[in-house]
Amino acid sequence: MKWNLKDIISINDFSREDIECVLFNAKKMKSLSREKKSKILKNKVVASLFFEPSTRTRLSFETAIQNLGARVVGFADGGVSSQKKGETLSDSISTVENYVDGIVMRHPIEGAARRASEVSLVPIINGGDGANQHPTQTLLDLFTIKEEFNSIDGIKIALVGDLKYGRTVHSLALALNKFKKCKIFFVAPEQLKMPQEIMEKLTNVKVVETENLEEIVPKVDIIYSTRIQKERFPDEIEYNKVKDAYVITPNTIKDAKSSMRIMHPLPRVNELSQELDGTKHALYFKQAGNGIPVREALLKLLLEGKK
Amino acid sequence: MSNAMKEYDKEKDVVRLNPISNGTVIDHLPPATGPTIIRMLKLSCKEPIMMAVNIDSKKKGKKDLIFIEGKELNEKEVQKLGLIAQGSTWNIVKGKRVVSKNKIEMPKETTGIIVCSNPKCITNNETLETKFTIANNMGKCHYCEREMNMKDIIKSLE
Ligand SMILES: [Zn+2]
Repeated sequence: MKWNLKDIISINDFSREDIECVLFNAKKMKSLSREKKSKILKNKVVASLFFEPSTRTRLSFETAIQNLGARVVGFADGGVSSQKKGETLSDSISTVENYVDGIVMRHPIEGAARRASEVSLVPIINGGDGANQHPTQTLLDLFTIKEEFNSIDGIKIALVGDLKYGRTVHSLALALNKFKKCKIFFVAPEQLKMPQEIMEKLTNVKVVETENLEEIVPKVDIIYSTRIQKERFPDEIEYNKVKDAYVITPNTIKDAKSSMRIMHPLPRVNELSQELDGTKHALYFKQAGNGIPVREALLKLLLEGKK
Repeated sequence: MSNAMKEYDKEKDVVRLNPISNGTVIDHLPPATGPTIIRMLKLSCKEPIMMAVNIDSKKKGKKDLIFIEGKELNEKEVQKLGLIAQGSTWNIVKGKRVVSKNKIEMPKETTGIIVCSNPKCITNNETLETKFTIANNMGKCHYCEREMNMKDIIKSLE
């Protein structure tokens, strides 16, 4: 499998072949022994630059880096270091790239990772740039689907909740558009519907838009639930009208196929009932765990063998 | 419309009628875009400028026309023109003669001329030239991936 990317900035940079290459390598990572894994990036150093805090993403990346035998340097809250002193991003990157073999970064400003990749000679991995991109989340979602259903082609998935502002569901829908014969059910209140400009790009998948979750539950392989945030609504009344409409409980999914699985990017608030946690339908913790092999695969693909 | 203006248009040989000796003629502009283009090109009005608005055109019915003495357009200015007046022409005049005729085309990429509409975009937060790719009448920011329609793009130029 050919691998062409020098940096991981946006899921839009990935061809289907690139995605398959990551998924293939992530699967291999899962089967490697700790011992073997720890030799892959031995003696390498990777910077973990979190200009904005995100504990989950940072822990997942730093675990992956250390599992491969590399060392981590960096900071968890860039607000107190270089940024406050007014240093430009390009200066920060130009300095750090001299110390390390690769850079993982998260930044509140949109386009920051792309900018860093223009400045840096070492590979950049985007761990989130504001509301723009978070490609490793999308890749771990795809890996989870492939692992569970053996194939992404032909999958029937319901994206539920805040489809207007949720970058996770935007990226996932656009990524599924690169596969064959997928069907996406968009389940959201009128105020939080999938933006038109994204719908227009989904030329290679079947799409259904609905506000009614229960009627489509029996038809889908996956329910991908997301959080509906209060601050997206003009007032409390509007929020209260919809906040419970997409809470998933054992009752919501009583007519689901037994193979149906529930995914969620986590953290959840109340949209997924805890009663689901022990059931065969709950895939979300396994999904979160898949962040490790996927990030290991990306680090390996970008850094292995490089001087 | 005055007879003098009509004669400019009927006359095939632009050279003889050109009121400028060295500079640029922007011709076949969509009607009523002339004032926007003068503003957009941020012409200082130190050089003599002549503009004709809504004059008769054989090809287009109506058109605008701008003569700028002592100025040659740079690459960015040509890109700006492409965004607003695709299909027009810009001609370079030297010693009262047109020395080159160029078609104004929609640019595929622009650097440093469109202002990204996303306040959280890095180009609005650090000193950095914007880059946009243009396709299907939409522009996409190279950095934050925000898409802008032509109306908003043109507004951002002014
Ligand atoms: Zn932008």
